[in-house]
Amino acid sequence: MCGIAGIIHKKAGKGVNIGQQMTSMLQALKHRGPDSTGYAMYGKDNGNQVLRFKVAEAADLEGSYDIHATIKDRLETVNSRLTELGVKVVKKESPTEYAHRYEVEFSGDMKKVADFVEDVEGVEILSIGNSLELVKDLGDASVVSNQYGLNDFNGTHGIGHTRMATESDVDIRSAHPYWAYPFSDVAVVHNGQLTNYWTNRRSLERSGHRFSSNCDSELIAVYLADRMSQGDDLETAMKGSIDYLDGVFTYLVATKDQLGMAKDVMAAKPMVVYEGEDMIALASEEVAIRTLFDHRIETFDPYHGEVKVWQN
Amino acid sequence: MAELRKETSQEMGLHDEQLKGRTQKKFFSIDESENLTYFHSFDVDTSKSATIDALDMTPREINREIRELMEKGIGDITVDNPMSRHGVGVGILNRLNLTFSDSLGYFGCGLIDGPNVHIKGRVGWSCAENMMAGTVVIDKNAGSTFGAAIRGGDLVCKGSVGARTGIDQKGGTIIVGGKTGAFSGFMMQRGRMIVLGDAGMNLGDSMYDGTIYVGGEVEELGVDCVQADMTELDVRYLTEKLALYGMKTPRGVEKMQKHVSGKMLWNYANLEPNEKKLIL
Repeated sequence: MCGIAGIIHKKAGKGVNIGQQMTSMLQALKHRGPDSTGYAMYGKDNGNQVLRFKVAEAADLEGSYDIHATIKDRLETVNSRLTELGVKVVKKESPTEYAHRYEVEFSGDMKKVADFVEDVEGVEILSIGNSLELVKDLGDASVVSNQYGLNDFNGTHGIGHTRMATESDVDIRSAHPYWAYPFSDVAVVHNGQLTNYWTNRRSLERSGHRFSSNCDSELIAVYLADRMSQGDDLETAMKGSIDYLDGVFTYLVATKDQLGMAKDVMAAKPMVVYEGEDMIALASEEVAIRTLFDHRIETFDPYHGEVKVWQN
Repeated sequence: MAELRKETSQEMGLHDEQLKGRTQKKFFSIDESENLTYFHSFDVDTSKSATIDALDMTPREINREIRELMEKGIGDITVDNPMSRHGVGVGILNRLNLTFSDSLGYFGCGLIDGPNVHIKGRVGWSCAENMMAGTVVIDKNAGSTFGAAIRGGDLVCKGSVGARTGIDQKGGTIIVGGKTGAFSGFMMQRGRMIVLGDAGMNLGDSMYDGTIYVGGEVEELGVDCVQADMTELDVRYLTEKLALYGMKTPRGVEKMQKHVSGKMLWNYANLEPNEKKLIL
């Protein structure tokens, strides 16, 4: 069934510890999906682009004797390709052997960078953005947040996902959130099943879009990217998705300064919203939002076919 | 959308036919309604009160504590800090005054038969599912599948509710102070739904019987759901019923729209004895 959650602070100032807040909400939703947990959080923009990518799956580490050498080779190839394109890496971090975070200086076409890097076998760009940090891995929120050091992440807003795999494998590739390639700073999490995934995927692929997984949820990210590339703003693109997507869904999308929510016309998947003066929090279940408060709160369920967008 | 067949009974369910089927005979007999016996229920005194602080308790511990207090004869229980937990207040087959000082999560007060519950917050999905008797009053909003498959009692939400309210409703009365979402009354078989605000699309889709009153606008009627004429008895019934919970509709009950099934399945529409007493 999956659990999704999001939070946006309107008066974050220098940032709020949204890493801890998101972990708290996602851990409370663990029963909705224990297979993997993902975060898309928005921190301070220091002028550099942040590139999150992986060079292998977590499960690969147990499946092959030469995987460590393979990972090393892939990483070297990625580095040489970045250099070839004139991308200057100013900071490197490796939370795990297979997942990496680069801060880069580059003013050229990031789509070209993404395509060239992903051309390396086994490599997948998880996200590119000025403030977006997209992290996903197997396990619950406490495991992933500790593994990637997210408990002290300061930022303005974020979305997250706890996955119960129904449409595709239990791996990082199929975990949420999905980055809306090739748009900087746009990510999506989804709860539900899309029944026109393959039809629409083929159509979008013919238009030049890339899919990195076989997970139906990726369609939402790619569709929004497609609409925004044609000039739609976020809210318009989301409203279009209500008719475009067939099946049951509630999804959250985040951009550099916005958080959006959409619900299908049958309202088949849950969503509870808390709208305060300084903060908006959303989750599949109120029990997740309550972990952020020590007092009673007012919440509501959005209606069928409803789209809402909040600005920070 | 179906058309109203005039031969169907749309007159407040005051039939006196002896219905077929063991369950229906029992439900429709006024004598039986006064002689229901709850097996394994506890003899509680509603003047004896207790409070449970549920802050660090699991749903199972909360439910067990409620049961143990009833075993001790306590008939008025307040649960503080339920923290939107799921499955709380379920399976109570007893007379009891039960108050939750804050919101509940999913499946709150499901499978109950007899208690009067007051929730001073909101509820998540599937509140009071399969409720048999008693009252549940929620001060704020409610999630989807509110009152799914209830068979009796009054389920009242003073705020708005989500989609599929009263899905598979088999009796009882659901009252919504605000608006209700899509597919409300889906496959409704019996009972009444009173919505003081607007209703979402596909209202009463595939309903067999029962009555849905709407005070606001209806986005769209579902298959088999048709509009029927309000009668004097409808108005009287709504006035009496809403007064029980201090609720009013801004335009007055006379202006409410009545919706029934377009099919002839009036056996289900017959009022339960307790409801008949309100207007007889």
